[in-house]
Amino acid sequence: MFDPLFADPKTLLMGAITGLIFGFLLQKGGVTRFNVILGQFLLKDHTVAKTMGTAIVVGAVGIYAMVATGMISAMHIKPAMMVANIAGGLIFGVGMVVLGYCPGTGVAAIGEGSRHAIPGVAGMIVGAAIYAEAYPWIAANILPMADLGKATFATATGLSPWWFIAGLVIAASLGFFALEKFERGRRRA
Amino acid sequence: MIAILRQPRWSPYVVGAGIGILSWATFYFMGKALGTSTTMVHCAAGLEGLVAPAHVEANPYFAKALVSSTGKARPLIEWQFMLVVFLAIGALIAAKLGRSTIRESVPSLWAWRFGPSKIKRYLFAFLGGIVLIFGARLADGCTSGHAISGGLQLAVSSWSFTIAMFASGIATAFILYGKEGRHHV
Repeated sequence: MFDPLFADPKTLLMGAITGLIFGFLLQKGGVTRFNVILGQFLLKDHTVAKTMGTAIVVGAVGIYAMVATGMISAMHIKPAMMVANIAGGLIFGVGMVVLGYCPGTGVAAIGEGSRHAIPGVAGMIVGAAIYAEAYPWIAANILPMADLGKATFATATGLSPWWFIAGLVIAASLGFFALEKFERGRRRA
Repeated sequence: MIAILRQPRWSPYVVGAGIGILSWATFYFMGKALGTSTTMVHCAAGLEGLVAPAHVEANPYFAKALVSSTGKARPLIEWQFMLVVFLAIGALIAAKLGRSTIRESVPSLWAWRFGPSKIKRYLFAFLGGIVLIFGARLADGCTSGHAISGGLQLAVSSWSFTIAMFASGIATAFILYGKEGRHHV
């Protein structure tokens, strides 16, 4: 079992560099903080939405441009098993608010010095083990419900992905502009 | 340059753009999308494998995580595993440079609502972690694998997950802390 235990050194190094940069960015962004994440869910501090929204918009433009120019061929779309995606998201939201971190920010928070993130990550490993035990039943009963396959909004509608990317860029720009204006007004009040 | 690295906090737009550009690099150079929660499955398989290897081998979910669709064995310690380990190291370096390390055992918001007990906070952090990953594995991704990586690919699965996550997170936060909680974050 576990043979091979390690991937090749180049793959491991690439993963390490990616993690180093990702963790660095998350900490600088303040999203490794319990209060920042809870501030988002209490609709007080919108740091999480601004960070995620910008990452999605910038990422989408670059990835679809690279697909269009043939620089990358493979996408990494997860299948739309709608009941599992939505039920999983609902459960995830509860866990994220109780813990105060998501998996990535929880691990990064340990590096930043958060003590309570340590039992949080331990819980995540136990949660993965519990899911593995429940998996045979879930795979037979839940995952096949409303399974649309590896759909994107572009493939599902037959429209060019650029319509959706343009929509995202406009929605994010307007949303961020309004948010900044609102926050400036609240600070002054 | 070093002055920028020493700033304790960067604009969320700069950080978000950085994560977006990091995604270009992982897609282009590594053929990978950012993700973290699959590694928790690898950790669980590895730890359980130390005591009950036969049980791990017989489990179809662990088999899925450790064998690729073409039937080739996948290493336990792979790209994403290293990413997750180095997430903590990257955050540590960022915190040291910015002198923004925290020694937080009980966050102020939690203490205001549920008291200063460390044991109670650690217990609920542990339980929260269990619930979180159960949800992530059911949905097949988390905030990085679904919300960011799937979101930027316009995946139907990921946007469904993200909307459900925010709806449930907001509801849970207001049930636990109420509007009053806003004054304590």
